[in-house]
Amino acid sequence: MKNYFEQYLQNPCLNYNLAPFSKRMQEYYGAFIMIAIGLGLALILSNLQNILIRKRFTERKVMPYESGMDPVGTARDRFSIKFYLIAMLFILFDIEIIFMYPWAVQYKQLGIFGFIEMFSFVLILFVGYIYVVKKGGLDWN
Amino acid sequence: MLETLILALIVLFVMITLAAYTTYAERRICAFMQQRPGPNRVGPFGLLQPAADGLKLLLKENIVPADANKTIHFIAPVITVMLAVSALCILPFARGVQVFDANIGILFTLAIASVSVYGISMAGWASNSKYALLGGLRSSAQMISYELSMGISIVSVILLTNHFYPGAEYLRLTSIVEAQKDVWFIFINPLGFFIFLVCAFAETNRAPFDFAEAEQELVAGFHTEYTGMKFGSFFVGEYMNLWIASGIITTLFVGGYRGPFEEMLGVANWDFIKQTAWGVSWFLGKSAFFVFVFIWVRWTLPRFKYNQLMNIGWRYFLPLSILNLMVIALVLNLIQ
Repeated sequence: MKNYFEQYLQNPCLNYNLAPFSKRMQEYYGAFIMIAIGLGLALILSNLQNILIRKRFTERKVMPYESGMDPVGTARDRFSIKFYLIAMLFILFDIEIIFMYPWAVQYKQLGIFGFIEMFSFVLILFVGYIYVVKKGGLDWN
Repeated sequence: MLETLILALIVLFVMITLAAYTTYAERRICAFMQQRPGPNRVGPFGLLQPAADGLKLLLKENIVPADANKTIHFIAPVITVMLAVSALCILPFARGVQVFDANIGILFTLAIASVSVYGISMAGWASNSKYALLGGLRSSAQMISYELSMGISIVSVILLTNHFYPGAEYLRLTSIVEAQKDVWFIFINPLGFFIFLVCAFAETNRAPFDFAEAEQELVAGFHTEYTGMKFGSFFVGEYMNLWIASGIITTLFVGGYRGPFEEMLGVANWDFIKQTAWGVSWFLGKSAFFVFVFIWVRWTLPRFKYNQLMNIGWRYFLPLSILNLMVIALVLNLIQ
């Protein structure tokens, strides 16, 4: 493990955090500029018709579309619990994947040790996955 | 700073034009596949059709349905366009032609892909329409399901980069491209490529995964209640995402801006303009091919059923992508 630590100290791209903050931020200007441009474009696109076109509201016009019929009931209805379940499973597995990224970046230095570690990690999660499948968590009927 | 701004504006202009003409290309290709002429009236070969469509959308009245949540109804298309545009900044068009050359490039892509679920689910919920609600829900469940397999197949690409280009910053998109100097990752990791491609179909809500807007069931899905340019915003976002997805596939699996025989031609010694032209044409050419594949598949395959979609995502692709990753990891360990 000592060898690995020395490599860590020598590799300049791993020492990225040691650069001064202003220097590190410079790399991100591109992203900030693009997000700002995107926001500007989006605001122009969605406001332009408000400026150009006069609105004439009628009761029929603002009625939610339901194939030409008067809307029945409310659209803020309850929906299947399955969607919550999928969202929860997504969070669990997404965290697993986030753990894989630093592992993949350091894979060469970790060697066979890294492979065995990740294999056992995936195995444990796979047991959970099989539990979800057997419990019917992924059944859609 | 100013250079970055100019580059960003050029990229935006080019990509918006491409996105607009993709709508035209989609309709022409669809028409060709169905043996009919398609839009050919506005200008020569109908080439001014996107402009006419845009003008028409601009002149439509903005209708917000009664009892809709007005703020969220307004924010949803704004988020969609904003994220589609900001994802453009990580695409490496050529050596040195990239608005945001981040050392975490691929993570930025994943982050944008995750957040873009918000645009759709907010649009669906805020519209006070049952079709929109169902479309938004279906689409967000689908997008988060396929994000998992997508993330795992990206990890396998990082492992390969780690092996083929040691000492680089492995999450940087340009390093991933340079790592494919000798052989494209599509040949080493075909299963990963296939999983990524199908997940890209699901992430961009394209057929055969277009449950967000399954016409026969949900009218237009989450954008049923949007009119005029707000509806157009979703379209701009969708076609921009199509190009971004193709660009990311190009970068990760088919060598990005690198053309063949670069060593033989000595591209590295060319001047900047020539190198940029070479890189940009390869990058856009490869991306255009994948955009064509997206359109081709849309007009060829029928739509899945929703339970089939969830089954494919969770029961086949998730285990398969993990297996693919572990096999690649093992092989790389053995040949080291």
